[in-house]
Amino acid sequence: MKHSLTSRLAILSDAAKYDASCSSSGAGKRDSAATKGLGSTSNGICHAYTPDGRCISLLKILLTNFCIYDCAYCINRSSSNVQRARFTADEVVWLTLEFYRRNYIEGLFLSSGIIRSSDDTMGQMVRVARELRLTHGFRGYIHLKTIPNASPALLAEAGLYADRLSINVEMPTESGLAAYAPQKHASEIRHSMGEMRTHIDAGKEKTLSGKKAPRFAPGGQSTQMIVGADAASDRDILGSSSSLYTGYRLRRVYYSAFSPIPDASSLLPVKAPPLLREHRLYQADWLFRFYGFQFAEITADRPDGMLDLELDPKLAWALANRALFPVDLNRASREMLLRVPGLGVRSVTAILAARRHRHLRLEDLAKLNVSLRKVKPFLYTTGWSPTRLADRQDLRALFVPPPQQLSLL
Amino acid sequence: MTMLYRIRLPDHASFEDWRPLARQCFLAGLHPHEVEWCTTSEDATLFDLATTLPPAQTGRISPVLRNTCLALLKSMLRHASKDRFALAYRILCRAQQEPALASITVDPDIAQALRMDHQVRRDAHKMKAFVRFRECGADTENTRRNFLAWFEPDHYILSTVASFFTKRFADMDWVILTPKGSIAWNGERCALSHKPCEKASVDDQIDALWQTYYVSIFNPARIKTKAMRSEMPRKYWKNLPETQLIPQMLADAEKRVAEMAAQQPKAPPKFHTSLQKRSHNDTPPQTG
Ligand code: SF4
Repeated sequence: MKHSLTSRLAILSDAAKYDASCSSSGAGKRDSAATKGLGSTSNGICHAYTPDGRCISLLKILLTNFCIYDCAYCINRSSSNVQRARFTADEVVWLTLEFYRRNYIEGLFLSSGIIRSSDDTMGQMVRVARELRLTHGFRGYIHLKTIPNASPALLAEAGLYADRLSINVEMPTESGLAAYAPQKHASEIRHSMGEMRTHIDAGKEKTLSGKKAPRFAPGGQSTQMIVGADAASDRDILGSSSSLYTGYRLRRVYYSAFSPIPDASSLLPVKAPPLLREHRLYQADWLFRFYGFQFAEITADRPDGMLDLELDPKLAWALANRALFPVDLNRASREMLLRVPGLGVRSVTAILAARRHRHLRLEDLAKLNVSLRKVKPFLYTTGWSPTRLADRQDLRALFVPPPQQLSLL
Repeated sequence: MTMLYRIRLPDHASFEDWRPLARQCFLAGLHPHEVEWCTTSEDATLFDLATTLPPAQTGRISPVLRNTCLALLKSMLRHASKDRFALAYRILCRAQQEPALASITVDPDIAQALRMDHQVRRDAHKMKAFVRFRECGADTENTRRNFLAWFEPDHYILSTVASFFTKRFADMDWVILTPKGSIAWNGERCALSHKPCEKASVDDQIDALWQTYYVSIFNPARIKTKAMRSEMPRKYWKNLPETQLIPQMLADAEKRVAEMAAQQPKAPPKFHTSLQKRSHNDTPPQTG
């Protein structure tokens, strides 16, 4: 049965929504002022938000949700009874451009189930990107999910048009992947990531003759791990992130709490993990990317390797390392201020600027929209010296929020 | 008794409009409390105040500002607050004695200016995100496509966001109407006006496809409305084609999740069974 465009859009965006990535940043500056065409890059505008709290920045769709693989966690696996549909490359091009013209989106995030072969699928996706760039002069954002084992020539062409490429590691551990995605292999995924890293690095350099190397995904690569489908602990997950960020120089690692799906595989746990777990992982990721933390120290003091669900990881770390606090508001290094619970990157920058000219007191922080209640136990300055945290008993009880009833809207 | 002066500026007045007057006040040696700044739509205080500024004092030198301070004043003067001119003048005067003033983020005047600057930036960011163009019928003598948008910014930001739109939507003709003026583009020229516009809108069939996308990309198993509302506050909802669907999406969510929880495992489709058979018989499918 042939579906209308609307119903195919419904099926193929429904099929894409379990991929958390929607970022449109890192592409560098580009616009249509000179070309008189359509599109520009930004530092990641979110054009809408859905009631699940996620941002819509890109048109995130699948070219097709037919798939010859049978990954247990995936709504598109071959053994699932979901409705199947496919777009033609032209339809995706048309939708992207029409959505873009109305300012709904920053661009396209295209992925696909695997049909026939890896190269066949990847070839279709590259065709969409090529048409957008070459035929329509589109200068907005393009993110392509690469298909493992696609030929190097297709990968190089994808990198020429796409701002970002990604390949999902899916499971935090190799054994998890083997159990849930028997047709995928961790070594192949890592190999593809390594290849992409080499291309991306080369794309930033000049060649020996001084010419610029061919463009290759200037927005880098990202990946996603599914949380809570297998037994991996937060320490396992963050350990994996650590090697992904440092070993493969990924721009972003996304964590996606395994979500109930229609016609789920019986291999999957019945209960979804708490969304709070996913949130804590993102907080830990944030501490690594912007606050100078190493992943290992974030989970070092957790006996079971799981992040504390009651306290955010920065506060939990500070309490576990209470001997380091309080710190001198007027002298502490930037690195140390960044570790004070309640101080964000913005407030630390503002503190550093202000204290060059003036001795700061605790009250001054209120002007920077810092919550005094939160930072008070961790800082000292003229007129304020908290009890040494190390001397306080029942410290945790002070910070754990009182139990709350959660309700819809 | 010191003389008081009143300066009236248009509601939309920006740094460029304020600058010559502030300079004049400064050169005349006026203290911040000797000047009452107000806008044309505002009722003046009961007192009649002088509106002709006194001449410059001899020997008084022109005020100077560091770049950070200049940038801060430019930005905060786009704020809709009527107190912005007085605050900016106070900062200008104080900065002559305290050249590093703008860096002292904990100073009450600077903290206030920074808050306004932050709100202005956020407003501009949200405008870039939430403007929705709708296509108006094609112009017969024109091959370019024609779009219209209605947006309600909180602050006077049209001049800061105009180039974002002209550089992005270069190949189409468009107008963005707002209660604080308009931006129009025809591929060559960008026309900015401060004249308030009436709300206008057209129907665009593509909105229905966008709504389909919005509903389908939503995951009913995760409800985080607080996160949604903090990034997309309700004040924007009335002008977005997709937000009217939110109540229904939330109402259906629980049912959809319950259905997923209750589902019994089904036999896999034929397609799967034959794939499995094939992979057992001949070479395994390509891995990936
Ligand atoms: S290959 Fe991708 S689309 Fe296919 S079942 Fe696995 S995860 Fe799903």
